[in-house]
Amino acid sequence: MNAIQLEAPFTEEKIRNLKVGDSVEITGVIFTGRDAVHKYLHEGGKLPDEVNLKDGILYHCGPVVIEDENGAWKTVAAGPTTSIREEPYQWQVIRDYGIRGVIGKGGMGPKTLEACKEHGCVYLHAVGGAAQVLAECIEETSGVYMMEEFGSPEAIWEFKVVKFPAVVTMDSHGESLHEKIFADSVAALQQ
Amino acid sequence: MVELIRRTSAELPDDVHRAILSSLENERKGEIAEATLKIIDKNIAIAKNKSQPICQDTGSVLFYVDCPVGMDQIAFEEVAKGAVIEATKKGYLRQNSVDTLTGVNDGTNVGRGAPAFHFHQTRSNEIQVRLVLKGGGCENVGAQYALPNTKLKANRDLEGCKKVILDAVIQAQGKGCGPGVLGICIGGDRATGYEYSKHQLLRKLDDTNPVPELAAMEKEIMDKANTLGIGPMGFGGKTTLLGVKIGCANRVPASYFVSISYMCWAYRRHGAVLSPEGSIESWLY
Ligand code: SF4
Repeated sequence: MNAIQLEAPFTEEKIRNLKVGDSVEITGVIFTGRDAVHKYLHEGGKLPDEVNLKDGILYHCGPVVIEDENGAWKTVAAGPTTSIREEPYQWQVIRDYGIRGVIGKGGMGPKTLEACKEHGCVYLHAVGGAAQVLAECIEETSGVYMMEEFGSPEAIWEFKVVKFPAVVTMDSHGESLHEKIFADSVAALQQ
Repeated sequence: MVELIRRTSAELPDDVHRAILSSLENERKGEIAEATLKIIDKNIAIAKNKSQPICQDTGSVLFYVDCPVGMDQIAFEEVAKGAVIEATKKGYLRQNSVDTLTGVNDGTNVGRGAPAFHFHQTRSNEIQVRLVLKGGGCENVGAQYALPNTKLKANRDLEGCKKVILDAVIQAQGKGCGPGVLGICIGGDRATGYEYSKHQLLRKLDDTNPVPELAAMEKEIMDKANTLGIGPMGFGGKTTLLGVKIGCANRVPASYFVSISYMCWAYRRHGAVLSPEGSIESWLY
């Protein structure tokens, strides 16, 4: 299958062109953020200047990162974590920071779907559990922020990714693959 | 024992890998489902080659031990806990165990109820240890139903059981990192029901249930679930489940539970026969 190449900068135009069911391969800089980061931003916390989320992609991930002999970071496992926990906060983070893509697993709810439509953002579903394959797509672990406040898995990691595979399961036109598959599966069960 | 943990974390058992490969064959070429299963297969290979966790959530650490009469279970627990600490240091297990009261993760994976031990005495002289690493995402989509269930029109019979089991599959969608495997117990009380449901996950995927009614039910649920179109990760496709394993236990007349444990594709289960001194004599899977 030919995946759509989604390369930085992640402009609104590129994002609006994506539809649910599209396979993409992401190349560029992305930032991780999970529970602690979302709660912090929701409560009005400020991001360090280096973390520029405008036209950026946020990855729901608590990676396993080690430091090599030269003091460089190396990410050895980087699968997605369950996204629905961020449902109360995600819409606001999309609105306030101009995020164009959220990577995670399991899908998200109506508030996020609405924010995707209004502000031009997509939800990108990575393969849950594929920690090794996804870590290999990280060419460079180029920074870490708020490590002291949140600890390693919850910190904001900056990754340069190359051809990171994901599927668009919520697009910027109000469509959700999760809703569709759920409805179809219920209908199939009745048969 | 550390080797058992390493192997469980990094290497998928053959029966599970074969099931994934045959579902890969079966998916339509060029679809998302096929691409997803390919990523999963690649992930399995990398983890094995690098001796690294298949999935970063290395899960709840569950030991199932068949032991001869007279084996010192306390000593066994001490050795196993030491191995868990060691395996965590080596990175085979993530620092994954949190004190529920204080929220503190001391980084050892050992604490109240962790790891969990299930001992079973047998007349044989062999010690058999099985280890399951059960991830959180799939554990969260497990479910327990009390029959009758009016909403699902499920009565206290095998038809009723099938209805609630398929409902669990629908509710789980791809959220437990499907394609998954169901371990199920019909009957029992709430606690033993769940416990027996996890015991079913110790069975090989290609075995046959010795109870004909249950074997038929396993097949029926598996076939039906794979027509629902949920597919790997819930992206759509033909592979929603890789296996269904059902056991049953007596119940009291007043209750009728169906307990369902969902295991993700990263089905980490291994086991070994140990010598009386504790060295590995042979592998079980
Ligand atoms: S459900 Fe399984 S594969 Fe998915 S993240 Fe959890 S442990 Fe990993």
